Amino acid sequence: MTGWPKILRRGPMEALAVILIGLGFFMLFQPFVLQLYSMSFITLLVGTLMFIIVSKFPE
Amino acid sequence: MAARATPARLAKPVTGLSDRMVAWLFIGPTMLLLLALNIFPLFWAIALSFTNYRANRPNEPVDNVGIRNYERILTDPDIWISMQTTANFVFWTIALQTLIGFSLAYFIDRKFRGHAFWTTIILVPMMLSPAVVGNFWRFLYEPQIGLFAYAVSFVSGIPPTEIAMLSNVTLAPWSIIIVDTWMWTPYVMLICLAGLRSIPDYIYEAAEVDRASPWRQFWSITLPMALPFIMLAVLFRGIENFKMFDMVNLLTGGGPGSTTEVASITLKREAFEKWRTGYSSAFAIILFVAVFGLANIYVKALNRVKQR
Repeated sequence: MTGWPKILRRGPMEALAVILIGLGFFMLFQPFVLQLYSMSFITLLVGTLMFIIVSKFPE
Repeated sequence: MAARATPARLAKPVTGLSDRMVAWLFIGPTMLLLLALNIFPLFWAIALSFTNYRANRPNEPVDNVGIRNYERILTDPDIWISMQTTANFVFWTIALQTLIGFSLAYFIDRKFRGHAFWTTIILVPMMLSPAVVGNFWRFLYEPQIGLFAYAVSFVSGIPPTEIAMLSNVTLAPWSIIIVDTWMWTPYVMLICLAGLRSIPDYIYEAAEVDRASPWRQFWSITLPMALPFIMLAVLFRGIENFKMFDMVNLLTGGGPGSTTEVASITLKREAFEKWRTGYSSAFAIILFVAVFGLANIYVKALNRVKQR
């Protein structure tokens, strides 16, 4: 798809979603900082929803 | 023999139904069951997670509390600790099961004399009910009469009465890890064995012609080709172990103190002992999103490995 902005293509967006999920998962189970644990769910949720949406984007 | 048309009297009742309609008729009942048993409870739990509903007081008015349940869970140090306990438990069980399971599969795949018999013997723990396994391991772990304590005592010289696996703060988490590894390593072995058996012999023959050492064959052929199967086993066991409940409940019930209180035990206490249904629904949704998110990226990684 030529008209699709490069930044919104599946590859980079999916990579960002994967980073967010990984980060959220680490934050949820890490034993170091309670604040990170508190922020984990929103990070995970944003990452997961983003992954579901961007996996439908064109390559 | 030439193909014949469907007799008119059989074809008549379905006349007027398109192929799409017939397909829907076939999958309709399954879709309805799936919606009723999986999708509806999920959305119901999401709706309950924003309320103060208590299942033991169904006649009390239910208030919408917004995201307060989520806020309380995500700022509670006790729940944070139960998350760490879960992560610790999942990490060690997966690591041990993958290592031992793959090693067993590798040796079983050598097809030595009696390998079929040993495969069956190794698979027995997996076929048992977790309730049965939990109960007989409780007896095995007994410091006074348990075989486990006597076996460890025989090897280490420590008196068996001092090997209190289920009541010692340090040993209790390991007692659960040992039982889960004992029970589910055969499952990982079975999946890895399928992976190893799917590698064609001619690849090894070509490697031998090129004078590749057994070590080189293992790192360059066996492991990369079995990797999608190993990853699949890790995914299945990871998802299962995140919601592990029965074995922990039977062996330690979350104790001593809260050293083995994994997230599912905390969830059960909140839902069915304190009857905070709305709060526990929010907790369940948090766990669901964590496992669902991880499974998504894991499946993506798996597809990438398979395409290689």
